[in-house]
Amino acid sequence: MNVEPTVRVEDKLYYNRYLVDVGRPHVTVRAHTTPSPQLLALLNACPARCYELNDNGQVEVTVDGCIECGTCRVIAEPTGDIKWSYPRGGYGVLFKFG
Amino acid sequence: MIEERFDAIVVGAGMAGNAAALTMAKRGMKVLQLERGEYPGSKNVQGAILYADMMEKLVPEFREEAPLERHLVEQRFWMMDDRSHVGMHYRSDDFNEERPNRYTIIRAQFDKWFSSKVREAGATVLCETTVTELVRDDRERIVGVRTDRRDGEIRADVVVLAEGVNGLLGTRAGLRSRPKPDNVALAVKEMHFLPRETIEARFNLKGDEGVVIEAAGTISRGMTGMGFIYANKECISLGIGCLVADFQRTAQTPYGMLDHFKQHPSVAPLIAGSEVKEYAAHLIPEGGYKAIPQLYGEGWVVVGDAAQLNNAIHREGSNLAMTSGRIAAEAIAKVKSRREPMTATNLSLYKKMLDESFVIKDLKKYKDMPMLMHTYSQNFFLTYPQLISKALQNFVRVDGTPKVEKEKATLKSFVKARSWTGLFADACRFTRAWR
Ligand SMILES: Cc1cc2nc3c(=O)[nH]c(=O)nc-3n(C[C@H](O)[C@H](O)[C@H](O)COP(=O)(O)OP(=O)(O)OC[C@H]3O[C@@H](n4cnc5c(N)ncnc54)[C@H](O)[C@@H]3O)c2cc1C
Ligand code: SF4
Repeated sequence: MNVEPTVRVEDKLYYNRYLVDVGRPHVTVRAHTTPSPQLLALLNACPARCYELNDNGQVEVTVDGCIECGTCRVIAEPTGDIKWSYPRGGYGVLFKFG
Repeated sequence: MIEERFDAIVVGAGMAGNAAALTMAKRGMKVLQLERGEYPGSKNVQGAILYADMMEKLVPEFREEAPLERHLVEQRFWMMDDRSHVGMHYRSDDFNEERPNRYTIIRAQFDKWFSSKVREAGATVLCETTVTELVRDDRERIVGVRTDRRDGEIRADVVVLAEGVNGLLGTRAGLRSRPKPDNVALAVKEMHFLPRETIEARFNLKGDEGVVIEAAGTISRGMTGMGFIYANKECISLGIGCLVADFQRTAQTPYGMLDHFKQHPSVAPLIAGSEVKEYAAHLIPEGGYKAIPQLYGEGWVVVGDAAQLNNAIHREGSNLAMTSGRIAAEAIAKVKSRREPMTATNLSLYKKMLDESFVIKDLKKYKDMPMLMHTYSQNFFLTYPQLISKALQNFVRVDGTPKVEKEKATLKSFVKARSWTGLFADACRFTRAWR
């Protein structure tokens, strides 16, 4: 079973507070023609669904909704598929409850 | 940026970092603590159960001051299949004591308070500051940090790495390896708000009494994982976590699993009508004893989740973080009081003291558990919950079948699913790992 159609992550992220560091994404995907298995795994494993396939079948990341869990780092940084950092101090997700 | 020199720099203002900074500041050391969040706690996620004993050692009067939710009088364990749960409840009025043993807390709020104690003790706390790099001297010793504030570095005799499970600094500097997919779990969590009276009625509570539920079974769909439901004053923390390696392997989605958990007939009535106000995710170290990295070196120590000091079997982490932070700080203060340098040899005192504490003793006890749960996750998280649930349904349903036949059927279903040798092997493996 894959992504359940009933679950909309976007709605969940809407509850959260973010301070987006415009133009300075803290996660980037290495340019590729065909995605590696690690990159493909991120499509489902990222809890904020930051990773998506573009029309050419490549994996793209949009970090605005990132909750900074580090899952994608653990899976895809060792293969060099992504570059991962923390956002600049003060930026990114801001939990009220945590 | 900062010209002055510090006795110690603490990276991170979570449970471990706050414990370390507080302990050193109280001993008169000059401490700088750096935190990347807007305020301490703004990046942190927990269930969250607070263990009073370890907190008391740091701030004896915390019960009067800290933002606490409910003190726990009841713990439930649920083994779930898709439609039912088999439960064990332990409730005791003994927990309605003057100095309660465990509380639920809300981490973002608790960390803010904890940090105020660190400031009161005299440490300098700088938020909105991400440490980007550790600074070494020409002999490869750690002598300070670099941050994203403005260029320039800050120097100290020792750096305490309390950067949490995903700590970048230590791994980038090659002090330890990056967490591996089968050593960390990804947990997703929501905060469900309901009127206080509703929570108390649904969980059978009065006043500030609290309940926590830990759940395992088919909710993790054969992956190594657990769900939790914790009652706070006016909200319920609800979440589920599974090994990252399992997410990678199965292509399940974390939010899909969370929503499935919420829709379970045993869970849905508890949160019916609630307003969700936050969705969070965080990693949990699950590798146990065997995943503990080198804990100290020339000019540095590592504490808390960054050192994988987390007891996944008992769901304890913050208390191990607090304790390791405190012990590291005590060791550092001892070295300093002897006017000796912060070399690896001198800082090995930290490990020696930690080895003698419950932190390492507990982790050692369960050293084989993570591997067992992972290798046999299908049995422990799918097959057995289903079998046990079926067995109990068979036991309690009255339908004219003689009891002897019922028992035979139950036994047969176990043997059919796992075979006699399989059952025996599972039992042996479990007992051996638990011992
Ligand atoms: C869903 C969930 C439920 C849990 N439930 C429980 C529970 O009920 N009871 C329990 O005891 N434990 C629980 N734990 C475990 C517990 O949360 C952790 O063990 C504990 O928070 C570890 O403390 P720490 O200080 O080591 O790390 P953290 O609390 O993660 O703190 C690390 C801090 O360092 C900061 N930081 C990181 N890198 C940098 C940098 N480069 N520069 C500046 N700052 C940085 C972070 O912003 C953060 O504030 C749970 C964990 C999760 C995820
Ligand atoms: S850190 Fe977590 S939330 Fe952010 S992109 Fe990676 S997997 Fe997604």
